[in-house]
Amino acid sequence: MKLNQKDIEVNIINMNYVKNTKKKIKVPELHIMIMPGIILLFIFVYVPMWGIIIAFQDYKLHKGFSQAEWVGMKHFISLFTDRAFPRVLLNTLVISLKRLFFLFPTPIILALMLNEIKVKKFKSVLQTISYLPHFISWVIAAGFIFSFLAVDGGDLNGVMMWMGIIDEPLNFLSRPDWFHTILISSNIWKTTGFGAIVYLAAIAGVDPALYEAAQMDGLNRFKQTIHITLPSIVPVIIVYLILTLASILTVGFEDILLLTKQMNNAILRSKADVIDTYVFRMGLSMGRYSYATAAGLFKGLVSVVLLWLGNRMAKALGRNSLW
Amino acid sequence: MKRAKDDLIFEIIVTILLLIFTATMLYPFLNSLAISFNEANDTARGGISIFPRKFTLLNYQVVLANAEIYRAFAISVIRTFIGTLLSVLVTAMLAYGLSKKELKGQKIFMGFCVVTMYFNGGLIPTYVVIKSLNLLNTFWVMILPLTVNVFNMIIFKAFFENLPKSIEESAKVDGAGYFTIFTRIVVPTSKPVLATISLFVAVVHWNSWFDASIYITNKNLLPIQTVLQKIINSNVMNDQLSKMNANAAEMMRISSQVSTESLLMATMMVATIPILMIYPFLQKYFAKGVLLGSVKE
Repeated sequence: MKLNQKDIEVNIINMNYVKNTKKKIKVPELHIMIMPGIILLFIFVYVPMWGIIIAFQDYKLHKGFSQAEWVGMKHFISLFTDRAFPRVLLNTLVISLKRLFFLFPTPIILALMLNEIKVKKFKSVLQTISYLPHFISWVIAAGFIFSFLAVDGGDLNGVMMWMGIIDEPLNFLSRPDWFHTILISSNIWKTTGFGAIVYLAAIAGVDPALYEAAQMDGLNRFKQTIHITLPSIVPVIIVYLILTLASILTVGFEDILLLTKQMNNAILRSKADVIDTYVFRMGLSMGRYSYATAAGLFKGLVSVVLLWLGNRMAKALGRNSLW
Repeated sequence: MKRAKDDLIFEIIVTILLLIFTATMLYPFLNSLAISFNEANDTARGGISIFPRKFTLLNYQVVLANAEIYRAFAISVIRTFIGTLLSVLVTAMLAYGLSKKELKGQKIFMGFCVVTMYFNGGLIPTYVVIKSLNLLNTFWVMILPLTVNVFNMIIFKAFFENLPKSIEESAKVDGAGYFTIFTRIVVPTSKPVLATISLFVAVVHWNSWFDASIYITNKNLLPIQTVLQKIINSNVMNDQLSKMNANAAEMMRISSQVSTESLLMATMMVATIPILMIYPFLQKYFAKGVLLGSVKE
């Protein structure tokens, strides 16, 4: 009897405790958990957003925002009238279109091909190797590229001379006309394998009954790939296309910076200078903070418009949109 | 019958293309590895492909005797370790809180986070803010700005939302608070997603070079990738040699047997191998993690 009474007491205490936790601790506890993340985002993303106002000031690093002189649109006017800017804009657009054309489809093609490998172990080894470049830093990748393209002892020169295409070694990284090809090829090498993951996962979700029906109809494997697998993953492709469109002005920054040796390779600038590297050169190398911020802001605005347009397009096509 | 023949041809073509493709992925790495283990004077003759012709460990001896490389390597290790731990903890807690409908203002906080995926201050304003916080030339400048990753947060959140509710509910009845539930129940059941995100964050930290190159001027604080980038840009072998703890005669002997290229390749391998030793083992996890993120995006 005594024991039973004690149990009841304990239960009552427990129930009160539950009530209390529900009333008092519940909401603040969750807020405490998210606070570190929210504060860090505020400091390192939102405060810099407010810092964009320096695009409308004549900001000097040692003075701070409050003492800087307001100059309105001065930096935007000098940006659009700068002789270098049309070239920078053109490079950005040309590189991004080339990326869209060459870098966007390669992971899809790789995924479709990998899907045809039926020996699981072999497929898994191929995949592991194809992810490898993703896990290497751009610094190392640039080291590989410099070594591959080297004038003395570089493999590309070696092969081309052996095949008799050239008589003397070429200095590939001193020709502005070849820069885009080098840049895009390096990106294909680095991003294709990892990019294929999403499409492989999408392919794994295709209804097997579709393939059985196709086999009944006498379609061979190549035709099955084109008429069943590819159409099945179109929704995923469209989502990624929208995302790519939104970042069309972000044409890779690390890769260009490293391949041009932090833009010190001045010969390449005519083809390599894009908005991001321009911001870097003007802002951090030359100390024109306000001017560089104006260029960055211009890029941000265009990106937002493109994202919005892309999403509108996706909605109009009746596919899943981003929001 | 014709279909069987078509399929066979198709399979052969696909296999060959894939073999060529993966060989291209692998070649630069194996080539550099071979050069790093080959005698420099022999390498200069050219023609090293994926095997060293005259095997030597000298390149690695020089690189590993360089105090600067050692320090940079250590900084990268510490940075990766602390950075990953902190980022996974903060991001997972943020995601857990946001996965609860009863969090007051959940939609507003979520919006607050998602906005940062599309807008940011850009390079210069961020630099100015970091400078005015007196974070330049500190270790934490490599950690704090990378701590919250909203993309990873969304992956976490999607995973937490799919966890069975019943265990959490019964823990709540037993009087456990959210924090206890998080540490005792949610974290242990979320190992796959924790492994995936940890890998992603660790790779970002290990491979970062740009942040340190603009925020840090103190040579003793630079991570290995930034040091490597400076070596690649300047191509200085003598600099590497001069940092060895060796006498003059020994130095002369060594300098005739190594070259800028051979040392560079050895340094690059030192900076790459740690990551390459981890990722194949986590492959089955991150394939799922990427998918989860793309579905919920």
